[in-house]
This record gives sequence, structure tokens and C-alpha cells, in this order.
Amino acid sequence: MILKKHDKLTSLHNFTINFGPQHPAAHGVLRLILELSGEVVLRADPHIGLLHRGTEKLIENKTYLQALPYFDRLDYVSMMAQEQTYSLAVEKLGNISVSSRLKAIRVLFCEITRLLNHMLAVGCHAMDVGAMTPFLWLFEEREKLLEFYERVSGARMHAAYIRPGCLSYDLPVGFLDDVYSFSKQFIYRLNEMEEMLTNNRIWKERLVDIGVVSAADAIAWGFSGVMLRSAGIPWDLRKVQPYDDYEQYSFDVPVGNSGDCYDRYQMRVEEMRQSIHIMVQAINIISATQLESVLGQKIESKTFMESLISHFKVCTEGVPVFAGETYTATEAPKGEFGVYLISNGSEKPYRCKIKAPGFGHLQALDFMCKGHMIADVVTIIGTQDIVFGEIDR
Amino acid sequence: MFDFLVSVIPGFIFKESRKEKIISVTFDNLFLTLFFLRNNIFTQFRVLTCISGIDFLGLKNRFCVVYELLSLVYNCRLRVKVFLGCSAVVSSVCSIYINANWWEREIWDMFGIFFQNHPDLRRILTDYGFEGFPLRKDFPVCGFIDLRYDANKRLVCSEPIDLAQDFRFFIFENQW
Repeated sequence: MILKKHDKLTSLHNFTINFGPQHPAAHGVLRLILELSGEVVLRADPHIGLLHRGTEKLIENKTYLQALPYFDRLDYVSMMAQEQTYSLAVEKLGNISVSSRLKAIRVLFCEITRLLNHMLAVGCHAMDVGAMTPFLWLFEEREKLLEFYERVSGARMHAAYIRPGCLSYDLPVGFLDDVYSFSKQFIYRLNEMEEMLTNNRIWKERLVDIGVVSAADAIAWGFSGVMLRSAGIPWDLRKVQPYDDYEQYSFDVPVGNSGDCYDRYQMRVEEMRQSIHIMVQAINIISATQLESVLGQKIESKTFMESLISHFKVCTEGVPVFAGETYTATEAPKGEFGVYLISNGSEKPYRCKIKAPGFGHLQALDFMCKGHMIADVVTIIGTQDIVFGEIDR
Repeated sequence: MFDFLVSVIPGFIFKESRKEKIISVTFDNLFLTLFFLRNNIFTQFRVLTCISGIDFLGLKNRFCVVYELLSLVYNCRLRVKVFLGCSAVVSSVCSIYINANWWEREIWDMFGIFFQNHPDLRRILTDYGFEGFPLRKDFPVCGFIDLRYDANKRLVCSEPIDLAQDFRFFIFENQW
């Protein structure tokens, strides 16, 4: 059968392309099937799971303390925020209380983590859109913060510093002074970055009115964090359901009004400024309290045989936690990070479900991209602040 | 608000654990309960935070599906639980909460719980062509299949797993 040229052309209307998983703007391992009409996206179907490591299954087979380092590896740019969520969940199950100094140190590190995350989010977003310089500047600042991580825990990223019921160590000498001098100079670095981006014509052309989410849509899709607040809903778990004494810090929660990518960029920058504000308050609280020994039994185990045996048993067998269940959520930099933990009274969690904010955001990618150009898909992935460690788990 | 729910939804199991409110419904009532909780003016649970599955191996109702709801207006969380037998089917809530889509796909992928009327029930996290349901308690941690790159064939080939040492499960109760 001979086809006429006319017939061939009509059958080629839409075409489907494969975006990723190796594309640098896919933020890791996102495989996106895009159905295009010309350059306009008709449908986006994300295929995820390429980084699936079975974290939940592994946690069920580990003791409560051994499960903690897996939380660093979920969202690998906001490590301690997730450690904190898990620690709070275990503390809730075990009715463990934490002293105000340790809480303030946790808050300090969670805000450092928020800076780390937002710097990567804004920097990589800018690079995806075409601005190379802010990325390099911000990574220089990130390096300083990672050094703070290293000084308290010995690891640059996967710190395992915040533990259920305590921290792994108290702060080293002179640490708070360095955090303070960092916070003083960081504002200027942030201003420099804003000079590059905020009023930049190309940046605004690429971001303003792209990926607009209304308040009703944001709620229906279960958004949280910056994605929800950009739609104009003032919902920050640090304010509405405070944990770790967040109610005693004064800070503002930036809220957007148009719900587009440019709003979310400005909110992330403002959140960084507020984080600095919280960090300074936390420094004041910490320096007003006494240094604590978080090692406890371990020091005794150096001199007493019985303590050594007891310590060995705690380390190898783990500590049993009261039976029960809890869903604990905190305001991680990307949104609401939750841990649904079920204990059956043994030393291992029976079930640990991890609610990652990115999972909920990514499934709305189809809704947000529909009708946009293919280049805007990159902008929207960037503004959603996707990290595959937490989505694939 | 919890008292209101107790008076309005009779016959279901209400529980409060660690200041968290839990209600448990039967699987044929689930859809209407969630519809009520979302739309009633006194509850307004407009946000579905997440859905999780649990496998209670050995119980008659083996599976449990847990819906975590959040009301922004009343600043309140509620957990709705459904217990299911091995062959039970639960109705999808995608028409009430749009974002239930991926969470239900994840539970289908991990536990093999089938959701009726789901628009697109494919596997989500595991590999293309994966068999079995990994988060069930009778699924071993090491899995069944080993993937490796064969340099001679220049292919990624999958083989049944063969470990030099079996997975060891330590039970500490009966020690020396």
C-alpha cells in the first residue's frame, strides 16, 4: 500500500520524548516521559524509583539507633532536619524528654540545614535556568556550613548527630563564635546573590508566571512547605505545631501571593534570612546554659565492668521502646517531613513509614507543567526542589 | 472535634494514643467516611498528608491501610485506619483526594493491596518487571533477584540471589 504524503503528516501530531534519567536538570534520576505538541507539554509522566534502596524495609530490620543514619541519606541536602524528625518520633514513643540546651542545639543545626538546602535549591535552580555564578558563590557558603557539620560530628554530610533522646556530642569549644561570625558575613553574600538574580531580566522572564499554583490546588495536591506557602497559605509547622521549643523563637514566615516560581525563589531567600535570625537567637540560648555530658553511661564503662557489659548490650541489642504508634511531622526545608513509626515493644521498629515532601510535590508535576513550554519543565522541577533520595527512599 | 466525630460516626473504633487521634473504619465504609471528613464544615480535613500500609503477618486481617489527614482550618490531624484480609479490595480515594494517586500506587507496589477504581495502578518505586511485594513481612531483606553487569556478554543480567553467608537474624532473649 502506498501512503500519500498528506496521510503521513497527519499521523505525526504529538510526539513523546524521554527526559532523563541522566539529564543534569532532572536533579538526579528522574525519568520523565513528556508528550509534546510542538514545544508545549501536554502530559508529563514521571517515572521514579531509580534510586530506590528499600530504606523502610532496612529500618524494620535495624534497632532504633541503627536506623538513624538512614535518615541522613534520604534527602541528602537536608540531613539533620530528618534526623530530628525521627528522633522526635522515637522520643514521643519512649516518653523521653530533652533538656533545653540540647533542643536549642537541634534548632541551631536545623536552621543551618535549612540554609544548606535553600542554597542548593536556589543555586541549582539558577543554574538550570542558565545563571552559573550564584551556584558557585552559594556553594562556597555551603562549604563553610558543611565544616560546621564536620566539627560536631566528623562527617561533612551524613552526620548522625541528632540522636533519639540526645545528641552524639555536645558542641566543641569556640564553635558558637564561628557560627556567629558566619551569620554576620552570610547576609552580605545573600545580598550579592540577590543583586545577580532578583531584578535580573532573564531570571524574571523565566520564572514569573511559570508554574502557578492556586491555594485550592495546593491544598488538594497536599503540598507543604514553600510550595504551600507560595499559594498564600500561612502554614509553617514551626509556628502552628511547634516542636523543640520553636515557640520561643521570634521569626517571620514568608508567604507568597501569586504562587509562581518567582515567588517561591523570593520566599526561599527570605527564609534564609529568617534562619540566620533564628540561629543568632539559638546561639544566645545555648551560651546561657551549661555544657552537658551527653555520653552518660559510656564514661562509666571505661572504669566499671558492669557498665561496660550494660553498654555493650545496649549497643548490640538496642533499647526496647514502648509499644504504640506515632506520626511525627516537622517543617523540613522542603516541606512537611513525617515519620509514621509503629513499635511493638521490641528494640526494632515494626514499621517505619517515611512521608517525604518531595513525593507529594513531584506527583503534581503533570498538573503544574501542563500547557507550559518544555523549557519551563526544568524551571518547575527546580522550583519544586526535588531530591531523589527522599522520593525513592 | 473528636467528640463531634464520636457522636456523628457511630460504630467505629475511636482511640487516642499519645495525643494523636485515630479512628478505625471497615473497608466498605472508608470512602464515605473520608468524603464526610473532607467536606463537613466541622472537620474540613482538606489535606491528605500520606497513606501508609502495614503488614501484620499472622493476624486474620493481615493488612492495614492508614490515611493521615490534616485540617488546616482547625490545625488538627486525624488518622483513619482500615484493616483488610489477604484478599480484600479497598476502594481508591483518588476522586476525593487527587494526591492519593501515588500513595496508593506505592502501597500496591510494596504490599500488593489492590485499590478499586484507581485511575492508573502501576508499580511506582520498584524496577520495571519486578515481581513480589517487598514490604510484606514474608519478603526477605536481601530479595530474590541479583542484578549484575556481565562484562563478557556486555549486558546487565538478573540471576537468582546466591549469598555466601545467609542473612542472620539475631535473637537476644535466650543468650548464653
